[in-house]
Order: sequence, then C-alpha cells, then structure tokens
Amino acid sequence: MTFLKQFLGAAATLALSAGAALAEPAIIYDLGGKYDKSFNEAAFNGAKRWADETGGSYKELEMQSEAQREQALRKLAESGANPIVMTGFAFGDTLNNVAPDYPDTKFAIVDMVVDQPNVESIVFKEEQGSYLVGLMAGMASKTGTVGFVGGMDIPLIRKFACGYVQGVKAANPDAKVIQNMTGTTPAAWNDPVKGGEIAKAQISQGADVIYAAAGGTGIGVLQAAADAKVLSIGVDSNQNYLHPGQVLTSMLKRVDNAVYDAFKAGPDLKPGIKVMGLAQDGVGFALDDDNKALVTPEMLKAVDQAKADIIDGKIEVHDYMSDDSCPVQ
Amino acid sequence: MDFATIVEILDSAVRLGTPLLLACLAGLFSERAGIFDIGLEGKMLMAAFFSGAVAAVTGNAWLGLLAGVGGSMSLAFVHGLASITFRGNQLISGVAVNFLASGFTVLIAQSWFHQGGRTPQLSGNGRFEPITLPGAEAVKDVPVIGQIYANLLSGHSILVYVAFAMVPITWWVLFRTRFGLRLRAVGENPESVDTAGISVIRLRYTAVAITGVLAGLGGVYLATGLAAGFVKEMTAGRGYIALAALIFAKWRPVPALGATMLFGLLEAISNRYPNIDLGVITLPIQFMQAVPYILTVIILAGFIGKAIPPRAGGQPYVKER
Repeated sequence: MTFLKQFLGAAATLALSAGAALAEPAIIYDLGGKYDKSFNEAAFNGAKRWADETGGSYKELEMQSEAQREQALRKLAESGANPIVMTGFAFGDTLNNVAPDYPDTKFAIVDMVVDQPNVESIVFKEEQGSYLVGLMAGMASKTGTVGFVGGMDIPLIRKFACGYVQGVKAANPDAKVIQNMTGTTPAAWNDPVKGGEIAKAQISQGADVIYAAAGGTGIGVLQAAADAKVLSIGVDSNQNYLHPGQVLTSMLKRVDNAVYDAFKAGPDLKPGIKVMGLAQDGVGFALDDDNKALVTPEMLKAVDQAKADIIDGKIEVHDYMSDDSCPVQ
Repeated sequence: MDFATIVEILDSAVRLGTPLLLACLAGLFSERAGIFDIGLEGKMLMAAFFSGAVAAVTGNAWLGLLAGVGGSMSLAFVHGLASITFRGNQLISGVAVNFLASGFTVLIAQSWFHQGGRTPQLSGNGRFEPITLPGAEAVKDVPVIGQIYANLLSGHSILVYVAFAMVPITWWVLFRTRFGLRLRAVGENPESVDTAGISVIRLRYTAVAITGVLAGLGGVYLATGLAAGFVKEMTAGRGYIALAALIFAKWRPVPALGATMLFGLLEAISNRYPNIDLGVITLPIQFMQAVPYILTVIILAGFIGKAIPPRAGGQPYVKER
C-alpha cells in the first residue's frame, strides 16, 4: 500500500513537471496547408522565427478537413500547449465553443473576432495593404483595366477586393476592375487550374495587372499572368520571387509578426482584439530585387504618401466587413 | 458580346473540358466492363503528382507523362486487384483509391521536395506548351473561320488533341472490334462471355488498365499542361464531375465529348461572367457551378431518356462451379 502511494505520488509529480515543461506554444494551420506560399506559410515563418530566437520548441498541426477542427483544438489544449494560435476565420465557431472549457489556456485567432475572456483576436486591416497595391496596379496598368481573383467567396476576401478597387480608383478614377471569386467551397483555395483560367479570361478582357488573393489558387493566377507577359500581384507572403520581374509586388499581411508576438507573450497573452494595420506594420507591400525594376520612383512616392496619409487618417479606406458593402466597384 | 469573346470562351471551355473528357472516357472503359470506378479523382491526382515531380526533376514533360500514367495505372491495378481478383466492393475500393492518392501525393511531395506538398514550378520543356497549328498565324485575321482556326483549334497542348482523338478511337474500339464487343458483353452478362470460353478476369483487367492510362493523361494535362506543377488536391473534384458527365452521356463515347465540353463551357462562362444578368433575375455564380450536377440528377431521374448503367456493373464475377 505504502509502496503504491509512493509510486502514485512519484507518478503525479512526474506528470506535473511534465505538464509544466510542456507549456509550449502551439499553432494550427488552416486548410490551405503550412506551405501555401502565402497566408499559412507566413504564420509558419513567425513560429520558426520565434523558435530560432528563443531556442524553444512548439507544436504544430495542419488541418486536413473541416471535421478535424474541434478535435484538434481540444487535443492541443489538453496536452497543455499554451498559447494556442490558429490561422483562419474558419476556426471562429469552433473556438467559441472550445475556449470556455479551457479557461487556463490562452488562444489567439487570426482573421476572426471571438469574444471569450481567454482569446486574443488578431485582425488585419487588409483593406489598407490592398489599397496600396491597388494604387500601384492603377499606376502600372497601361490598358486602364486591372483584375482581381479571390479564393473562396467570403467577406474577408471581399475586404481585400474592396481595398484594392479603392486604391486603383485613387490612381486612375476611370480604371475598370474585373473581379472574380474562384468558388464557394474550401476547394477554391487549391485550384490553380481554375485560377489560371480565370486569369486568362481577365487578360482577354484587357486586364494587365492581376491581384490574386486566393491561397494556392493564386499560384495558377501568377503563372497564367507570367505566361501572358502581364503583371500580377501576390498576397500574404512575399511572392515576388515566384516569377521575378513579372510580379509587380505582393500585399504583405504580417501574420508572421502576429504569430511571433503571440508566441513571445506565451501564457501571458493579452485577451482582446488586436488590430494590425499600416500603423502597426501589420500590412504592407513587398519591395525586393525581383520587382524593383517594375516599381517606378513615382509609384513609390505615391505609395509612401498614401501610406503616410492612411496612418494620419487623411485617407480613410473603407472596410468591407464594417457594413458588408463596397462603395466602389 | 462580339465574336472574338465567344471564341475566347469556347477556347477556355476546351481547356477546362479536356481533363473531364479524358477522365470520362477512362470511366467509360471501366464501367462498360462492369467495374464501377469512383477512383478517377484519385488516379488523376496521382498522375498529376508524378508527372509534376518527374517533369520537375528531369525537365522533360514526356518523361513526366510516362511517370504520371504509371502512377495512375498503379492505382488502377490496386482497384482491379480489390474488385476483380478479391471481389471486393467496387465503390469502397474506389473511395480507398481516392483517399490513398490524396494522402500519398502530399506525403511523398513533402519528402522529395520539401515545399509543403507541392512540386517545384515547371518551365520550358517541363511543360506541354501550346502547339500552333500550321497556317494559324497566316489566317488569324480572316473573319470567323480564321478566328476559329487560329484561336480555338490552334494553340492547345498536344494532350488536348490526343483527348479529342480518343473519342472516335474509343467509339471504334468499343463498337467495331471484337475486343470491344467482348468488353461490353462482360459488363452486361459476364456469364455468357465466360461460357464462350473468354476470360472475364483478363478482359476486366484490360479495361481497368485502359482506364488507368486515360485518367492518367487527364491528370498529366492538369499538372504539366494547364498549371505548372502539382499542388495538393489540384484535381478539385474533376474526377467526380467526369463521373457525372459519364452518366449524362449514358456511357457512350460521342455524347461523353458533348457532356464534358458542355460542363467545360459552363465553367468557362462562370469564370468570365460571375453573375449573369438576365434582366429580370440575376443568375448567381453558384447556380452555374451547380448546373452539371442538376443536369445529372435530371438525367438520372429519367426526365430526358433513361440512363441505364451496364447491367453487371458493380458486381464481382464469381465463376460457377
């Protein structure tokens, strides 16, 4: 009996200490996959940067289907991971149900607002970044027609589109923007063939700069644009290198910074809504060796000016999600 | 809408319809021989991956094609083994093939290329570039006929022409050769074929192998013709739409061409005009995307003729003793 007690005690201590050691952060990537060269990859880069700098380790999970969400979340929470960061609006409902069951665990969700006392909701002002690349597209376009290819048709992607159109119109009020969404199911994030076909359709209608906000589908859009020798704009991560000299720029969404900050805060993560806009370096545009020949000094000047004006509040970029409509088409 | 726009939409329909056509003809051979195959999606995905991977490594699209067809055939063999030799449930085997391809491709791609389940981007000889038919440049300014020839008929990858050639070839093989007669018989009444002293097993394996080749070509076209490399789940349900087209075409090759091109056209139109304004109502894009399935349901319900599948389809053949 005593032996058993001792044994149980030892086991309990072991379990406790193991629990403490396991308080490592975790990240869950959404359906696009960890290496989508875009949104989720940016999250991965943030996690990796944290691991490289601190020498710490973290857990990660990739979603394979819609059905896994709740199970994955509960499994990570029960394993003692803290905080748990997840990328993607699709986790919203699940997290809203799961978070109250684990009051001691901190969660962070990107791209969605979840109103729970232990959840940090990180939202980006994509419309601001999209406005800047739209401005560049409007200036770079020779035909006065530019394109937009979205992934799954959701308000978030409409927010990208709306900011983009506002930017294009700021550069050229007469410009025409052709907008397409790839589909209405998650398969729309991984269909480069359809993305390429949509891009070709837009090019045949005169578009000479195409902005793809479509995850893996965007790879096909960029490819079709490069094949047809027109410009394209990447999204989320820096995609300029995919077709050097043919990608005008990329709208950066610094998901990596968001994940890095959340990991750094650890269990002390501050719940609430965190807005990442131009002022917080949460969004921006990419400028590197691959696209510097495409970006003219006038373009750069206009974009820097617009950026300063947005931060000052002189330019107000309309947020599609605030009223589910866009003032310009 | 001017004529040039119509040609562009038709051109896009041909590109989008070709993978469906190849997969549909693939399913036709299999189902005509009495083997249901819902694993077309998986076979195409496997072929897309192997063609993308080998073309990326060797820089040669033809080697990619061989590898892609090989990958597809290996899955066809698995399906044949399960449903012919071991007399398993053909639908379950097909589902297993799809799952296997979905996981296997991403896993191997990650282990080979470390790019997160995709293959490196293809360029130059790694892709099947569009072919310009002779004289296309010269006649492209001739109204109507010249435009059709230069913009619609010319400028596709070789696999598109192969796919279209497969339609009469399939018809001829199925309806004008002894092999075709036996193949159809084995799907309708395998006992009588067996009584005539012909091996049901061998005929069905042959049909499944042909299915592997054709579905493989469809997958190869996706990865090396339309896109430039493999991306996970890049078939995006085309294998299932091809099955719908097969039912729509009532298991006949020439209507299969019509059905797949119609489905391709619907997709091309929805790409070009997301919302179609008919004056009174606006057709949303979702409607256009659902039309192939709606049509298939209408056909299955027997409103337009009757779609009768091969009679012995789905039943493993047990030799009587």
